[in-house]
Amino acid sequence: MSTDITGLKGPRHIAGLKGAGRAEQAPPLRTAGPGPIKGAGRFSSRSIGVVIVAVWALAAVAAPVVAPHAVDDRFPGLLNSPPTVPHVSFVQRPYIYRWMLVNQLEQRYEIDRGRPVPLRWFSGGTLVQSSDEARAPLLLFGTDSYGRDVFSRLLYGARMSLSLALVSAVGAMLVGMAAGGLAGYVGGALDEALMRTSDFVMVLPAMYVALALRAVLPLVLAPRVVFALLAGIFALVGAPFIARGVRAIVRSERRLDYAVAAEALGASAARVLVRHVLPAAGGFVATELAMLIPAFIVAEATLSYVGLGFPDPIASWGTMLHDASTNIRVFADFPWLLSPAAAIFLVVLGLNLAIEDAGGYERTLG
Amino acid sequence: MTRYIIRRLAFALFLVVAVSSASLLLAGAVPGDFASGTLGLEGARRDRLEQARERYGLDKPLAVQYRDWVAHAVRLDFGNSLLYDRPVGDLIPERAVNTAVLALTALTLATLVGLPLGIVVGSRHGGLMPSAIRAGSVVLLSMPPLLTSLFLVFVAARTGWLPISGMRSAVAPPGGAALDVLRHLVVPAAAIALPLAAMFERLQSQAMREVVRQPYVLAAVARGASRSRVVWRDALKAALRPIAAVYGLVVGTLLSGSFAVEVITAWPGLGRLMLEALSARDVYLVAGCAGMGSIFLAVATLFSDVALAFVDPRVTE
Repeated sequence: MSTDITGLKGPRHIAGLKGAGRAEQAPPLRTAGPGPIKGAGRFSSRSIGVVIVAVWALAAVAAPVVAPHAVDDRFPGLLNSPPTVPHVSFVQRPYIYRWMLVNQLEQRYEIDRGRPVPLRWFSGGTLVQSSDEARAPLLLFGTDSYGRDVFSRLLYGARMSLSLALVSAVGAMLVGMAAGGLAGYVGGALDEALMRTSDFVMVLPAMYVALALRAVLPLVLAPRVVFALLAGIFALVGAPFIARGVRAIVRSERRLDYAVAAEALGASAARVLVRHVLPAAGGFVATELAMLIPAFIVAEATLSYVGLGFPDPIASWGTMLHDASTNIRVFADFPWLLSPAAAIFLVVLGLNLAIEDAGGYERTLG
Repeated sequence: MTRYIIRRLAFALFLVVAVSSASLLLAGAVPGDFASGTLGLEGARRDRLEQARERYGLDKPLAVQYRDWVAHAVRLDFGNSLLYDRPVGDLIPERAVNTAVLALTALTLATLVGLPLGIVVGSRHGGLMPSAIRAGSVVLLSMPPLLTSLFLVFVAARTGWLPISGMRSAVAPPGGAALDVLRHLVVPAAAIALPLAAMFERLQSQAMREVVRQPYVLAAVARGASRSRVVWRDALKAALRPIAAVYGLVVGTLLSGSFAVEVITAWPGLGRLMLEALSARDVYLVAGCAGMGSIFLAVATLFSDVALAFVDPRVTE
């Protein structure tokens, strides 16, 4: 397989890199593994990663139930208010203290220690809310400059950001497997054309390609259209990474006995490719997807940050960071507005831990 | 070898031409142009719009615009920026230098930190320090420049140790302008360098672990060469190849990373200029920025291709 990969046409540094990454490095790392302690550590860090990702996926799915407030609920009297910390005691229900605005201009708040507000479970259609929502809402991560609950928006933002990344990854997988499979199976001029194109796209800085493609389209679009548009752009930018590896695998697999046998039994080319040969690329594609998804999450955040992502009322991690960036005091005074950055970090860390040692660290798209 | 270099040169040239042309055509082909974007919002009269279009040459068909642009570009005249009302050829170099300074500083920092750490981690079995470095790398790899720059700006704003935005202070502080720029450079450069250093550390330690297992390394140890001599001289030479291969690709990462960092820390580089140009539909400036970016890319890939060919002659076949 290694000769086949390095036998690719086109820019050699990519072929060389992929060859070094997959064919020469990955297997020895697994077979001649280090001592038992490291092995155990790897297993546990891997499961930590899976748990982090699973928790976020669950949070995204369950956002309407877990989030105390709706995405666009505003508390006009509580702009940029700090988080309300739930206090737990044995004798009574968990409670919070109310924030009192002491300086309108500087948006400074002080805790109203006199009157604890108990929390209520399963009220108002959500998991937990304060018992006095009008005056003392439960704001786990504070509010943004419109007075919206950052925690709730973070959960709804997870839906938007994670589903966009997932849809983009599926798109990249479909395009990449189709192009790579065709190039590897058919060969000839089609192979040449497809691989040259994907080489070219891979050389370009992905962020700029996405930026340019997004920027040339009308700026104001419906959220649904933006979602489809970004997913399409990300899929196109991500597909070459999958296509190149799939092509190499298909080229070597189709010469193996099982594929030749299927062909000899009269299976059509399409059947041999889809049913027999492509599944061999499954492991590679899975690893590649786990590296593309973080890149897509960051790409959405970057595009929304510069104002080319989702429009304002939509909560995504990128639009939340964009809102935060418009306030010059965010870093010094309202750090809770940066919680989407922490969320992105956790998801990316989780994915990185989950696929640790499964493949290359060769690129970060951000 | 010569044929190989010529082939790579041709690719580099193609890259620059294709990227700048594509961006010009892309930016020109979309509905809405600079005139309607800037004047249209102010409720300009139709004849004012037409006037503006005529002045900027936006009234001609796209094919003609492109032909004119190419005809001028070969004479190194890249048109006027509609946004700044200055020749693109004047605007770009200044911004490009800023981006280059940022990217090169980050690359140097990342190499100086990442490679030695990777060698240390890759040449040892177990132990507290390698595990700690490794853990640090995994954490940093999960922080792309967008996040590192937000985090570093946050730290800098909280502590007040370093300036958090721009490239120069409004009033030159004591110590001179150079020191001032240097102080402004710390946050953006570190934001790009940290994840990159982590990537280098991982790659280098993987490569090192492969090489240390080779028989010739064992043979050198058996002959009585000291451990540090074997690791830092004999094994290192062979373990540098993967890094050399990745250096060319890193430029894309650097440019992508510097975009986020430039926007967040207000570093006046090419990325921010490109964003402004794209938002204002300033077609000539877009093409200029894309062209300059692709020159960076082309030069770097060419350089790393040639370097790789020297380290590993097999690639020229």
